[in-house]
Amino acid sequence: MTTTTLAVLVPLLPFLGAAAGLLLGRTAPGFVRPLAVLPPLTALVLAVVVAVRQGGDRAVDAATELTPTGSVPVELALHIDGFAALVAVLVALVATCVQIYSTGYLRDDPRYPSYAALVSLFTSAMLLVVYSGDLMVLLVGWEIMGICSYFLVGHYWETPEARAASLKAFLVTKLGDVPFLIGLFALATDAGSFRITKILGTVASGGLDHPTLVALLLLAGVAGKSAQFPLHTWLPDAMAGPTPVSALIHAATMVAAGVYFIARLLPVFAASSAALVVLAVMAAVTMAGSALAALAQDDIKRVLAYSTIGQLGYMTGALAVGDRGAAVFHLLTHGAFKALLFLAAGVIIHASGTNSLAAMSRMGNLRARIPDAYWTMTVALLALAAIPPFSGFFSKESALGAAEHVVTGHAEGIPGAAGWIVLVAGLVSALLTAAYATRLWVLAFRGRGADAPDHGRQPIAMTAVLWVLAVPSLALGGLAYGRLPDWFDGHDLTPTLTTSVLGTGMALVGGLVTYGAWRQTTALAARVPLGAVAAHPDADGGLVEAEAIATHTPAYGDMAGAPDPADPGRLLLGPLHRHAAVGFHLDALYTTLFVRPVQAGATLVRFLDREVVDTYVRGAGAVPRLLGSAVRRAQTGNVQTYVSALLAGTVVLVVAVLLVAAGA
Amino acid sequence: MTLAAATHGFLSPTGVEIAFLLVGLVTFGAALVTVTTRQLVHAALWLVVTLGGLAVEYLLLTAEFIAWVQVLIYVGSVVVLLLFGLMLTRAPIGRSPDADSGNRWAALAVALASAAALVWVVVDAFRTTWIDLDGAAAGSTAVTGASLFQNWVLPFEALSVLLLAALVGAIVLSRKAKAKANAATAAETAAEAAVKDTKDAKAGKEGAL
Amino acid sequence: MHLAYPAVLSALLFSTGLYGVLARRNAILVLMSVELMLNAVNLNLVAFDVWLSRTTRETLHSGQALTLFTIAIAAAEIGIGLAIVLAVHRNRGTADIDKLRDTAEPNGPDEATLTEDEKAEATA
Repeated sequence: MTTTTLAVLVPLLPFLGAAAGLLLGRTAPGFVRPLAVLPPLTALVLAVVVAVRQGGDRAVDAATELTPTGSVPVELALHIDGFAALVAVLVALVATCVQIYSTGYLRDDPRYPSYAALVSLFTSAMLLVVYSGDLMVLLVGWEIMGICSYFLVGHYWETPEARAASLKAFLVTKLGDVPFLIGLFALATDAGSFRITKILGTVASGGLDHPTLVALLLLAGVAGKSAQFPLHTWLPDAMAGPTPVSALIHAATMVAAGVYFIARLLPVFAASSAALVVLAVMAAVTMAGSALAALAQDDIKRVLAYSTIGQLGYMTGALAVGDRGAAVFHLLTHGAFKALLFLAAGVIIHASGTNSLAAMSRMGNLRARIPDAYWTMTVALLALAAIPPFSGFFSKESALGAAEHVVTGHAEGIPGAAGWIVLVAGLVSALLTAAYATRLWVLAFRGRGADAPDHGRQPIAMTAVLWVLAVPSLALGGLAYGRLPDWFDGHDLTPTLTTSVLGTGMALVGGLVTYGAWRQTTALAARVPLGAVAAHPDADGGLVEAEAIATHTPAYGDMAGAPDPADPGRLLLGPLHRHAAVGFHLDALYTTLFVRPVQAGATLVRFLDREVVDTYVRGAGAVPRLLGSAVRRAQTGNVQTYVSALLAGTVVLVVAVLLVAAGA
Repeated sequence: MTLAAATHGFLSPTGVEIAFLLVGLVTFGAALVTVTTRQLVHAALWLVVTLGGLAVEYLLLTAEFIAWVQVLIYVGSVVVLLLFGLMLTRAPIGRSPDADSGNRWAALAVALASAAALVWVVVDAFRTTWIDLDGAAAGSTAVTGASLFQNWVLPFEALSVLLLAALVGAIVLSRKAKAKANAATAAETAAEAAVKDTKDAKAGKEGAL
Repeated sequence: MHLAYPAVLSALLFSTGLYGVLARRNAILVLMSVELMLNAVNLNLVAFDVWLSRTTRETLHSGQALTLFTIAIAAAEIGIGLAIVLAVHRNRGTADIDKLRDTAEPNGPDEATLTEDEKAEATA
């Protein structure tokens, strides 16, 4: 088979799996699990084959136009370069892991068939985005992901949190998608085509008329999808979905799509230095703010969610300084270790029966109950904190190195301000990242108190994939940084000495300070009893998690934070903690700025419709009704009356005719 | 013709005209009583007078066959049938105060208007037209039979199909209640009798030829 | 004889029958009135037939033939009509025409339709 055929099969197989899963879900439940696992697995193998054949050489391009579609043609196009090939491998790997993990995690879930089908569809859409060489086709995958995330985040729709979160995820990402769509049209109008290669050619020849406008419009969609400030608020709330879905959304699909999209069209953004500065500011605010917020969260998954936002900030930061190689490198390593973090967090939630770090910190011996999760999570957290030689170190340092490159004036066409912003924010965030990673680790695994409940070993499907993902988390960065430039643009990804020392030093400081703070506060934990666990500790992971999410607000008074004085984050953040726990009041701000006015407007429109418009409608209806009731009086049912009227009319007509005939 | 008409003024009526006028007055008066009387059975009886008067008028117009058919069918069967009907619907004997509906005044107005219009038109159009009644009778049995069976055979036979249909229809309509009441059978026989009389009349016509 | 005599008599009889049809309450009396109207037409037909047969040598005698047909059809009509009236009387216990008002608009229709309208508006 040619590479093109294989590449077409990669997104197609999960799609067919999803369709078959939805069709057979009720009639043949035995086929659901194979149909869920095998298509992504095959897609993974094919993606690897495609990547090997492509090998970082010239991009594979293929296109066919099904039908003329008006002024700007829409083509079914593939554009597989090194970025696409490698990201596709990551997507397929994570999707396969998630599907395997889900067979254990949602073992007894009655809605598993539709869930698995939607995950497959989600994967398929992301693979379509990755391979697509045409922006309209890309948009199709982009929007399918939006609707899939709506369904999957709302999987536990019995809980109000999940319902609200799914709606929020959908609406916020759609909010970004509207300018995104307009930006795509503007871009295609300028370039005369939706094909990425042609657009890039136009950009290279300076044919783009409004680069800043187009870049900013596209940036809105990317901010929505990749959860960048100020449209990131949906992502922490999306933790109300099942953990494997979080892993999928955060590691490989959805949020990665935005970063990947900019990486594809980086020349468009690079054509406008204003757009790059905006991107850099966005990345900086996102990184620092999300790391502070992560330090204050109580829900283990919300910590990870904010960490995702922060790591995506690193990627957009790398893009802002014009190095898409570093961005996609970080995308790959982050995909591996973030998927691992989420899946391990799922195991922890299942084993401990709670998603609250405060409750876990009062639970002894948790790490002995789940040794697989303990070890793999440690690896992943080290990678997250960018400690050498874990993979996160190499990718993060390459991003910081790119920023330093700009700062020292070695990069052309990139504003120096962007470099400074990204570099400073990146270093500060490195400290904070290490701090919240350490906090997560000590609170989850170094808890003191009554022993964690023993539910026996976790399902093999859940623990095995942890180890599979631990390998790239551990070694991908070190193995790949030398070879990846061949696949990417050729920029050197080797960490520079300055940033490595600075970054690692910051990370070590952050980790040690947090550890010290924890030593200070941990004594308080015994004095303030706190915590609630799920009512059905022996059920499958999905049910336990749903109960944990549902009980968090009643038990701790808040969805995000917990009144735990033993939290080292509280000591470190001081007065800032209160604000960081609620995401710096951004939701409240949006409520005041947008939700309330919209609701007020809706009330006004409702009033106008009910009282003003309807008055006219009722008035218009009243006249015919009066006439009708007048006419109705003639309908007495007495045939003689009818005949009288008929004959009287006849006589009148006859007389009239006679008068006319007689000439009177 | 106009010349002939001009010679016959309204103020110098012939004997036939005087007879026609007198019988006509009786007929019209009987008709008025028929539609106004409060005694239902009397209405039927006054109808007999009206129809009989009309038969005389036919005779005066030299349409003798029609006159006899009129007597046979209308006076002989239709009125009898109506009387049957009155009895079967338990119409009250004697004065019934509600014989007329509340529609009476509207009906009167319509009737007067139509009478005025019709009389005006008819008088305006035919006040000088004269019917010459001398010579052979225009409606003797021979003349009528000849025209009927020379020119009107097909409609005549079609009419017998119609009568058959009416016969069947009357039976079907009355049949449902057959089990219920004697009224049904009576209605049936009455309807049958009416149709049979017509047939008889037709047979008589044919026999007369 | 003046043609006006039978013609006017016919017109008057017809109007009388018309009054009876419109004013009478009992269905059988209405049928009688219908007979009156038919006879008025018959008189007209005969009179004009006699006149025409004398003046224009019209030999078809269509007026008299039609009169005979009318008489036959009237007989059939009265048979069917009475059967119907009897059936109605059996079912309803009355032969009064102004009591047979099944086709009338039901009482108080305004309120019923109004509430339905309101409901439709509320759902819309």
